[in-house]
Amino acid sequence: MSSVPKAADRGLSIVIVETDRDRAMLIVDSLRDAGDFEIHVIAEVTGLARHIKQHNPDVVLIDIENPSRDMLEELALASGPLDRPVAMFVDKSAEGLTDAAIEAGVSAYVVDGMKPDRLKPILDAAVARFRMFQRIRMELAETKRALEERKVIDRAKGMLMKAKGLTEEEAYALLRKTAMDQGRKVADVAQALVTAAGLLS
Amino acid sequence: MTTRLSLAFMPLLDAAPMIVAQEMGFAAQEGLDLDLVSAPSWSSIRDMLVFGRVQAAHMLAPVPVATALGLGGAGAALSAASVTSVNGNILGVSNALAERLREAGHGFDLTDADSAGRALIAVAPTPLRIGVPFPFSMHAELLYYWLNALGLPAPQGVEIKTVPPPLMADAIAAGEIDAFCVGAPWGSIAVENGVGALLLAGSAIWSFAPEKVLCVRNDWADEEQALLARLIRAVWRAGRWLDQPDSRGLAAEILARPAYLNLDAEILDRGLTGRLTINGAGDQREVPDFLVFHDGAATFPWRSQAEWIAVQMAARTGLDRATAARLGRATFRSDIYRAAMKDTKADLPGASSKIEGGLADRTAVASDGGSLHLLRNEFFDRQIFDPKRFE
Repeated sequence: MSSVPKAADRGLSIVIVETDRDRAMLIVDSLRDAGDFEIHVIAEVTGLARHIKQHNPDVVLIDIENPSRDMLEELALASGPLDRPVAMFVDKSAEGLTDAAIEAGVSAYVVDGMKPDRLKPILDAAVARFRMFQRIRMELAETKRALEERKVIDRAKGMLMKAKGLTEEEAYALLRKTAMDQGRKVADVAQALVTAAGLLS
Repeated sequence: MTTRLSLAFMPLLDAAPMIVAQEMGFAAQEGLDLDLVSAPSWSSIRDMLVFGRVQAAHMLAPVPVATALGLGGAGAALSAASVTSVNGNILGVSNALAERLREAGHGFDLTDADSAGRALIAVAPTPLRIGVPFPFSMHAELLYYWLNALGLPAPQGVEIKTVPPPLMADAIAAGEIDAFCVGAPWGSIAVENGVGALLLAGSAIWSFAPEKVLCVRNDWADEEQALLARLIRAVWRAGRWLDQPDSRGLAAEILARPAYLNLDAEILDRGLTGRLTINGAGDQREVPDFLVFHDGAATFPWRSQAEWIAVQMAARTGLDRATAARLGRATFRSDIYRAAMKDTKADLPGASSKIEGGLADRTAVASDGGSLHLLRNEFFDRQIFDPKRFE
């Protein structure tokens, strides 16, 4: 029940909390495609609750991974008659929507009493976008991990080549054999060697 | 047969009982394998519980109570099956305020809430803005109680704002807040980062404040009684291990790992031992019972603890106190806890409710085994909270 009724010809107002400008623009674009909404992006997490209050939005979208989300809980406390109750979208009648949002990593705060059919296009668009972010985030983490493992393996190889006078291939073969004998990953054996060498030097 | 359970935690020192239960084999002893999920915020933990992404959680003690009162955004009724830690919060101030307190001759002893409060009020701006991790937290409850008793009521004199612990330092630096109340190790980290000084331990306001609980959904607790009992026992044994002085070094090392707190073990050790560095000059203070995991029946979920929280919240939000006390009391499940612990050597108290604030010293109490002691339980202003008032 919004205490300030919106004109029928005006779209819902949405606040997006996102510190990364590029990501924010992508979300804005997909929401624009989904309907006529009034959209604000907040990139600054200090004083978040205050900034959101200024915009008086119908919906707030925020990344589940964002620790600043807890600041929004203040908004769910109706501390005065003029404050509009805002709640995490937990309407059981629209369970599918909520589950999809949670799974995609977006939390939506909506004004209490807002009809699920008005929210659906917004969440559908946001969910699709956040799924993509999630995939990119995982790929990035995976790439970073692979790179780091490669670096450690290279260092361990270099140490073995120097200490035992091996070629690069022989050094790698030794690492691999040790890993197989011990039932461990090559990267773990390499890490152990690098750590031990660091302690001894 | 091993049962896998998902448990969400916030990367804080007092997540130790859950983490240690898994790492030191107390979970395995009960046939449990805990999938520990590190969460970015309390609201996300609450949502993960409500939507069944996890079965149990490390949670702020006031959250199940607030949920029962209809405050906040939870979508399902929650139960505290066990308390997992008592105390552990610390109040700190900006460097500017610390300087003014020093000039006024304040000694920063961390344990005298009356003198610290009066000194702070004398030099603080109006309104005094204090950051806490969550609107429903023991941090917020202790601050409201303390400042109100000293004549600085909210919201006129003090503004309690939500700031996630990792952003507390930034908020102080940006001038968004003048002081903060956080759980270990974030107070020590503010000191390390040179943005603030420690003023008062939470235990100085209430010497036995239930801080975190093992939280589950009510319907899950009903459906999975045996499984929950195993979890309660595993976490209880972890707490017992943690409270032994010899365990603390290893505990700090385990918690420091990247998958858990990903912080320096030395900083974690300060909270575990209660020996805190309070400012950039390296001054140290020792706080007795700074963080308790087991001693004095620390894990027993007293109905009266939940009632105290409920009545404080009711007074602030204008709800009926007797109704709030009744709803709150039902969330601290001493019934579930007793059933889980009955075949262990744990010595359980005879009563499930007690006068809060009524013990000036360590005291022997009536218990099943006859050997139970409770720790000092006093409010700084020597008030007592008698739950009989609301029966």
